[in-house]
Amino acid sequence: MIATQAPHPSGASGVRRARPLLWIGAAAIAAWVLAPIVLIGLAAFTPREALYSWPRPIIPSQVSLDTFLFFFNSHGVLRSTLNSLLVAGLTIVLALALGAPAGYSLARFVFPGRDGLRLSILATKMFPATILAVPLTVAFIRWHLYDTLLGVALVHTVLALPFTIIITSSIFVGVPTELEEAALTLGCSRAGAFRRVVLPMALPGLAASAIFTFVLSWNEVFAATILTLDNRTLPALIMNAIGSAGAPLDYRFAGGFFMIVPAVVIIFLIRRYLMTMWGVTVR
Amino acid sequence: MTQRRSWIPYALVLPALLYLAVFFVYPLVEAFMLSFRGDEGGFTLEFFRQMAADTYFRSAVRNSFLLTLLVVPLQLVIALIIALIVNTRFRLASSFLYICAIPLGISDLAAGLIWLSVFTERGYLNTILGGLRLTAQPITFLTPERIDWLYGAIVVTEVWRATAIVMVILVAGLQLVPRDYLEAADVFGARPLQKLWRITLPLLMPSLQAALMIRTILALQLFATVITLSGRLVPVLAGESYFWYSTYRNFNVASAYAVLIMVISFLITFMYLRLLRTRAEALA
Repeated sequence: MIATQAPHPSGASGVRRARPLLWIGAAAIAAWVLAPIVLIGLAAFTPREALYSWPRPIIPSQVSLDTFLFFFNSHGVLRSTLNSLLVAGLTIVLALALGAPAGYSLARFVFPGRDGLRLSILATKMFPATILAVPLTVAFIRWHLYDTLLGVALVHTVLALPFTIIITSSIFVGVPTELEEAALTLGCSRAGAFRRVVLPMALPGLAASAIFTFVLSWNEVFAATILTLDNRTLPALIMNAIGSAGAPLDYRFAGGFFMIVPAVVIIFLIRRYLMTMWGVTVR
Repeated sequence: MTQRRSWIPYALVLPALLYLAVFFVYPLVEAFMLSFRGDEGGFTLEFFRQMAADTYFRSAVRNSFLLTLLVVPLQLVIALIIALIVNTRFRLASSFLYICAIPLGISDLAAGLIWLSVFTERGYLNTILGGLRLTAQPITFLTPERIDWLYGAIVVTEVWRATAIVMVILVAGLQLVPRDYLEAADVFGARPLQKLWRITLPLLMPSLQAALMIRTILALQLFATVITLSGRLVPVLAGESYFWYSTYRNFNVASAYAVLIMVISFLITFMYLRLLRTRAEALA
């Protein structure tokens, strides 16, 4: 989005005088964002005794996997990591299966009630997990969904659904209607035209939407903590270890680092879509 | 594409709507039932009374509002600076945008742990202060004796974590500001700051409003950051809902907190829509 617009000579002239300031500001902000991530990485690979020693050098004199392995071998970490991945996978499938058709409908059809529908979908974004989780527990106990991965995925789907609908709708708007109509006139059914023409063109965008859902589910703490007991997701496990079990510092640092790695990698992979995804979702 | 009246669009939307009815509308109703219905099924304010009588309640309300007041303006200013830097389209603009967007993928829990490694007693802040010979002994920053320091740590963490979402909204908004206006201003000899105040900011108003509203509502959800840094030393609304649920196993009071958060969110949205609309008209 940014790279595609041609530079404007007149716009740049006013900026040129402020160039050094601009670079200094940008460098300072980048350092402010990056430094804590580097530091937690260092902490995760600092030997445990060094974490508690004083004076303590910023860069550990020896790098060790002890802290990280201690975390990873702690009770439940491996399983809850798998749980997190499973929940995220389920959420992606559910959110796309429910959200993509709705997004397609909002993108392609003009029908009475469309604007109201769009608004109410946007409104659901205002009620996050904090409000939904506790009352859902009561229902989930009744429906035998409490402390199940499916239960957590169902809640994450609620949180992801408005985003999925809006992202997919903006993706389908980008697929030219003419191509779909051409397929229809050439004898495709509506479903056939969708499968053969629209879907292949929308695929990268749908993948981006799935990744957005992954990040949302992987990071969600409140509902996962409230709705599980034994079948913890990773954030729920760590939250509980901190909240009630008083986990040691090395566990906390390694856990924090472990949780952010996939998200940072993913944001890097989809950096080109950042604006489309997060930018679109807020409008 | 205009279609004839057809059932197709409704059929496509229906599954999502049904899903939201079951897993979204129903729990909202349930939240009210849990917090307002007594044991005999009648209406009661008992759980709200219980909530308000709790020692943590007053400070939870105060902390939630104070932290929102401290965090959100800082986020708006920093995000605006970042967005303006990105919008100059300097050579490394897209890398800079990526770096600033990294916290989008980091949860409140992970962010709390990251900054815990900085602020804890043997943490990086003390390491740096000690290395510069500014302090002889490590300082305990996260202590009940210094609520102001705890506040500082929470504000820093939240600004670090959640400025990114505001930034994205503003970058998207800046791209809608027509370049012609700025060029016209150049022709008339406007200085950069004048262009910012007279053209860019007024045109950015809708994005700023959206960002302000979203961030304020999200700030009321503040939870894991606070718990990782302060435990229950700085109680907040969402945290109290969590503690009433997980420690006291009291669904009713936990729901009462949820309802309170919901009502406050509603009021704030309503207030913003009211205030900002008149302001926007006054500007025009």
